[in-house]
Amino acid sequence: MTQITCILCPKGCRLKVDEENDYKVTGYSCEKGKAYGRDELMHPVRVVTSTVRAEGGAHRRCPVKTNGSIPRDKMFDAMRLLDGIVLESPVKRGQVVVKDILGTGIDFVATRDL
Amino acid sequence: MMKEYQLIVVGGGPAGLAAACKAYESGLRDILIIERDKEAGGILNQCIHNGFGLHYFKEELTGPEYAGRFIDSVRETSAEVLLDTMVLQVTEGDGGVKLVHCVGAKDGYQILRAKTVVLSMGCRERTRGAIGIPGARPAGVFTAGAAQRYLNMEGYMVGRRVVILGSGDIGLIMARRMTLEGAKVLACVEVMPYSGGLTRNIVQCLEDYGIPLYLSHTIVDVVGRERVERVVVAKVDENRRPIPGTEMTFDCDTILLSVGLIPENELTRGAGITMDPRTNGAVVYENMETSLPGVFACGNVVHVHDLVDFVTQESQRAGAAAARHVLEGAADAEGAISVETGGAVGYTVPQKIRVGNLPGKTCDLFFRVRRIFGDSVIRVTAENGEVIAQYPREHMAPGEMEHIMLPKVRLEKAGGKITVSAEEKEENAQ
Ligand code: SF4
Repeated sequence: MTQITCILCPKGCRLKVDEENDYKVTGYSCEKGKAYGRDELMHPVRVVTSTVRAEGGAHRRCPVKTNGSIPRDKMFDAMRLLDGIVLESPVKRGQVVVKDILGTGIDFVATRDL
Repeated sequence: MMKEYQLIVVGGGPAGLAAACKAYESGLRDILIIERDKEAGGILNQCIHNGFGLHYFKEELTGPEYAGRFIDSVRETSAEVLLDTMVLQVTEGDGGVKLVHCVGAKDGYQILRAKTVVLSMGCRERTRGAIGIPGARPAGVFTAGAAQRYLNMEGYMVGRRVVILGSGDIGLIMARRMTLEGAKVLACVEVMPYSGGLTRNIVQCLEDYGIPLYLSHTIVDVVGRERVERVVVAKVDENRRPIPGTEMTFDCDTILLSVGLIPENELTRGAGITMDPRTNGAVVYENMETSLPGVFACGNVVHVHDLVDFVTQESQRAGAAAARHVLEGAADAEGAISVETGGAVGYTVPQKIRVGNLPGKTCDLFFRVRRIFGDSVIRVTAENGEVIAQYPREHMAPGEMEHIMLPKVRLEKAGGKITVSAEEKEENAQ
């Protein structure tokens, strides 16, 4: 039995996941949390946000995010893909910055206009 | 005569943008937003992490995305945005007109006229000086938000080996951010016995990276000549006094402070508006109107929120109320119920309710508790001691703002004041 906190919404329900009993989850307040508890112990994933260099805009850095969750153990490798990238203004919110991160099918996209 | 705006919004962060959009939706056309930065969006522009908008947009956005949506919405209205301009003072002119004194790089000093004003200046961080950390005064001590701006917008890494003092959300977010950028975050040190940040940030920003959180600990010494070289951390007793013999030393070059936010109310005080010492913000009515009729306040300048979604909702109420003030006339201030706090409730917003002025069947009330509660109940009591509403809670913490909706029909019979209190449920109390 492992106790974890659901992070899908700020309510932060305290979930109990029973690995011995087919990852049965208790303590959730909604179905999303139930699925999260199971997934978090079986294969944890995270959205990664960071910045890349930007030229010609109002700021020197442009914020980016993964447009979906990637495996938690790939976070640092994903970060490395952003090194050396330089975006030229104009950048559009949602613009793809890195396609298909480490074969996950997830992209890094810009999160603001610049 | 100079143009008179229907509404001037002071501050173009999430609160100001939402208030302006809602005022437009509610029928106002001459709206001006004054922002001192070179772009609108406020603090959200540097909050590049995700987790914003789950309540309001029902999806998970980053700060810049959340701001971007509101900036786009404002563009679709007739509201003007005046950037690089700082409001110095708000005063009252003849016939209740509001005079907004401001200075900007382009237009110099000017006095703008408005029928109503929304104050949405947000808050600023507590600094080292404000909390009196002992030790030397080398470079390398930043507030977490300043470090966040350097890193996320200006592109400067502020340090390599970091200790974070305080467990506020910005500090936690920066612990993760610095770690992902290759820094080593050695510890997060919190003087209180509980964290000041959201639980999910503790999980996602500290636990994910194995960063230890020391509760009931504080920094007792900062060592370094030019730059921070190390800090000494000690455990504290119930009175938050360091316990000798519990010292630990961390070799670090950087200290980030995440020790609280202060609503930025110089303008509010200058306008003679009644303040609430518990929130450090204005005393507000149910529609976010301050003690000065026609002047409204919303967002972190009223009380520090932990979710921008609630800032948006609160600011929409202020924007709608400003529109109503212009189009239908001032609200009747007679017979306001004052909201008092009891039983570990730290403050409430609003502090005053004019029942006759409520647009719907309920009144939103926000508050924070001063300690952690398990299975408990929130009670609202009328002037005569009768309980008019109860709300069960499984868990409450000072880091998480509480929200209740008071039925109007109950408030109508409550008398001149109500009291909001929180108690552990009977069966658990010993
Ligand atoms: S279980 Fe549902 S309600 Fe609870 S924290 Fe998770 S997403 Fe939120």
